[in-house]
Amino acid sequence: MSIVECVDIKKTYDQGKVEVEALRGVSLSIDTGGFMALAGPSGSGKTTMLNIMGGLDSPDSGSVVVDEHHYDQMNQSELASLRLHKVGFVFQAYNLIPVLSALENVEFVMLLQGVPQAERRERAETILNDVGLKGMYDRRPAELSGGQQQRVAVARAIVSNPAIVLADEPTANLDSKTGQGLLEMMREMNEKRSVTFVFSTHDQMVMDYARRLVQLRDGLIVDDRVKET
Amino acid sequence: MHLQLGWRNIWRNPRRTTVIMIAVVIGVWSMIFMGAFHRGMINQMVQNGIATLTGHIQVHFKGYRDDPAIEKSMAEPKVVQAVLEKHVPPGARWTARVRVSAVASNARHSGGVTLVGIDPAREAQVSFIGEAVTQGHYLGPDDEYGIVVGEALVEKFETKLGRKLVLMSQDTDRELASRAFRIVGIFRAEMEATEKQFVFVTLTAAQRMLKLEKGISEFCIVLPDRHEVDEVADNLRAALPPSKYEVHNWRDLLPLVDAYLSLFDTFIYIWFLVVFIAMGFGIVNTTLMAVFERIREFGLLKALGMKPWWIIRGVLTESFLLLVMGMAAGNILGLVTIFALSGSGIDLSAFAAGAEWAGISRVIYPVIHAKDVTIANLVVFILGLLVSIYPAAKAARFTPVEALAHT
Ligand SMILES: Nc1ncnc2c1ncn2[C@@H]1O[C@H](COP(=O)(O)OP(=O)(O)O)[C@@H](O)[C@H]1O
Ligand SMILES: [Mg+2]
Repeated sequence: MSIVECVDIKKTYDQGKVEVEALRGVSLSIDTGGFMALAGPSGSGKTTMLNIMGGLDSPDSGSVVVDEHHYDQMNQSELASLRLHKVGFVFQAYNLIPVLSALENVEFVMLLQGVPQAERRERAETILNDVGLKGMYDRRPAELSGGQQQRVAVARAIVSNPAIVLADEPTANLDSKTGQGLLEMMREMNEKRSVTFVFSTHDQMVMDYARRLVQLRDGLIVDDRVKET
Repeated sequence: MHLQLGWRNIWRNPRRTTVIMIAVVIGVWSMIFMGAFHRGMINQMVQNGIATLTGHIQVHFKGYRDDPAIEKSMAEPKVVQAVLEKHVPPGARWTARVRVSAVASNARHSGGVTLVGIDPAREAQVSFIGEAVTQGHYLGPDDEYGIVVGEALVEKFETKLGRKLVLMSQDTDRELASRAFRIVGIFRAEMEATEKQFVFVTLTAAQRMLKLEKGISEFCIVLPDRHEVDEVADNLRAALPPSKYEVHNWRDLLPLVDAYLSLFDTFIYIWFLVVFIAMGFGIVNTTLMAVFERIREFGLLKALGMKPWWIIRGVLTESFLLLVMGMAAGNILGLVTIFALSGSGIDLSAFAAGAEWAGISRVIYPVIHAKDVTIANLVVFILGLLVSIYPAAKAARFTPVEALAHT
C-alpha cells in the first residue's frame, strides 16, 4: 500500500530574470515502510520535491496525496496540522531549537500535539535511547556533535510515528563515518519501528543504504529501481 | 514549557534583554513617580487653597462674590449662625470673618492688602493662620490694635514686630476709614503671595474700623470629610433664604484649582502615553531584531507543524516575560522612591518663584493612588503586548521554505 502518491508534479521558480523549472513532471509512489533515496546532483530538484511532499511548498500543477490526505484540498493550517502529526522532517543542519535540550527538543513536537507530560517524557527518553543518545538528554544542541544533533533530529521526526519521514541530505554536513552511523540508525528505525523514510543525497555511499533508489536529473526522474537484498 | 522556552529565549541575548528591561523599568518608574508627584502637588494645591481661608463652604450675602463690597455684608449674622448650628454635621468647624480690600502703609511704603477680621479662637480651627505665626504671637480675643502680617509683607514694608501699620479702607458710609495697628505677630504661609496679601486683625477691631456693627462678610466652614461638601452645601442653601444669601463650595471658590483638577487626570494619562511611546519604540525595535535573528528557527518551527498563531503566542510570551519583569522592578523602584521622599518631600523652592502663581507648594509630598499605579501598569502591559504583535506577526509570516533557505 502506498503512503505517498505524487502525480505529475511541476514546479517553476522565478529567479528574477530567468524562470527555473525545478520539477518538470514528477510522479512518485512510495510504499509504507519504504527506505528510499532521492538521488541527484545539486540543483536537480530534490529539496523542492521533498518540500512539496511535506506540504512546505506547493506545486504549480500535479497532485500530492499523503496518507489519504489530498494536499490540493487543504489550507495552510490543515497542512501545518498534517506536518505536525503525519510528517517528520530532518534537514541538513540547524534542525534543533537551540535553547532546548535534546530531550526537550524531542518532547516539543509532542507538546504541540498535546501529548500528556509523563507520556512525552517516557517516549522521548525511549526514542533517544534507540538513536543511541542515552545519557545525553540534557545536552543543548551546542553541546552535541553534528552527528548527535542529526540523531536528535531523527528521534524528533519519528517520535510521533509519522506516516513518512523526509530527510533532506541528512548526512551532507557529516563526515562519512558519522554519516554511515546515522544511516544505519535510520535503517534500524525503519525496520524496528517500520517508519517510512525518504532521504535525498548526492553521495554514492548514502545511496547504497537505500532499498529503493530514485534518480532525479533536471527535474525529471531518470531512474527508479528497487534493490534486491 | 512555553513559558520556559520564552524565558530561555529572552536570555539568549542578555544585553538586549537588559536594555528592554531598563526601558520598561524607567518607563514604569517615571509613570508611577510622576503620577504620585502630580497627585501630591494637586492635593497640596487643594489643601492650601482650602486652608488659605477658603474652607470647604462659604456663606455670603447675595452678590458678594461678584462684588465683594462692604455694603454686601450680612447685617444679621445671627440668622446664618442659627442655620449653621443646625445643619453642619458634627465635627465640622466654622467661623465668621470680615474681609475687605485695604491699603496698608507705614512711613516708607504702602500697598494693597486684604484685611481679614477674625474670631481668633474659631479661626484657628478653620484656617492655616492659627498655626502659622512664627514670630510674636497670634491674635488674642482682645487684641483691639494688634495685627498679624506675613513675613513677605514685613520684608516688603521693611518693618518688624512691634512697629505700626496703618490700614485704610472704605467704611459702610462710603467714607475713608483708617486705623493704626501694631504688628504683634508674623506668619509664614506655603506661598509668598499669601504672606503678602493677607493681614489679620480681630473681628471686633475690623467691625469698629469699618462701622459694620455686627456685620460679617463671610462664614467659612470646614467639614470633617471633603466628600460631604455638596450635601451640606445643599442643606444650607435650602435652609437660608436665597434672596439674601449665597452658598459656595470650594470648587466654586477656587476656580483655578478646580480647572486644574479636572484637567489633571487627562494630563497624567497623556504623560503615561508619552512615556509609553518612547518605551514602545524600544520594545518594537528590539523585538524585531530578536525576531529577524531567528528567521531560520521560526521556519523550522513552522516546518514542524506550528501554526502561525502559536508562533505569535511564543513571541508574545517573550514580551510578556520582559514586561512583567520590567514592571515588577519599575513598581518596586517607583514605590521605594516615593516612600523615601514622602517623609521630607521634594523641595521645589528653587523653582518656587515660577511655580507659585499656580498655587504650587514649596515642598511637594508625592501621593500614591492605587488607580494611577494600576493604570500605569495596565498601559505598559496592554500596550506593550499590543506593540509586540507587530514583530510577532512578522515572525509568523516567514514561510518555512524561505526561512530554511536563509542562513
Ligand atoms: N526558493 C527558490 N527560489 C528560486 N529558485 C529556487 C528556489 N528553490 C530552488 N530553486 C531552484 O530550483 C532548482 C532545484 O533546486 P533544489 O530543489 O534545491 O535542488 P537540489 O535540492 O537537488 O539541489 C535549482 O535550480 C534552484 O536554483
Ligand atoms: Mg537541496
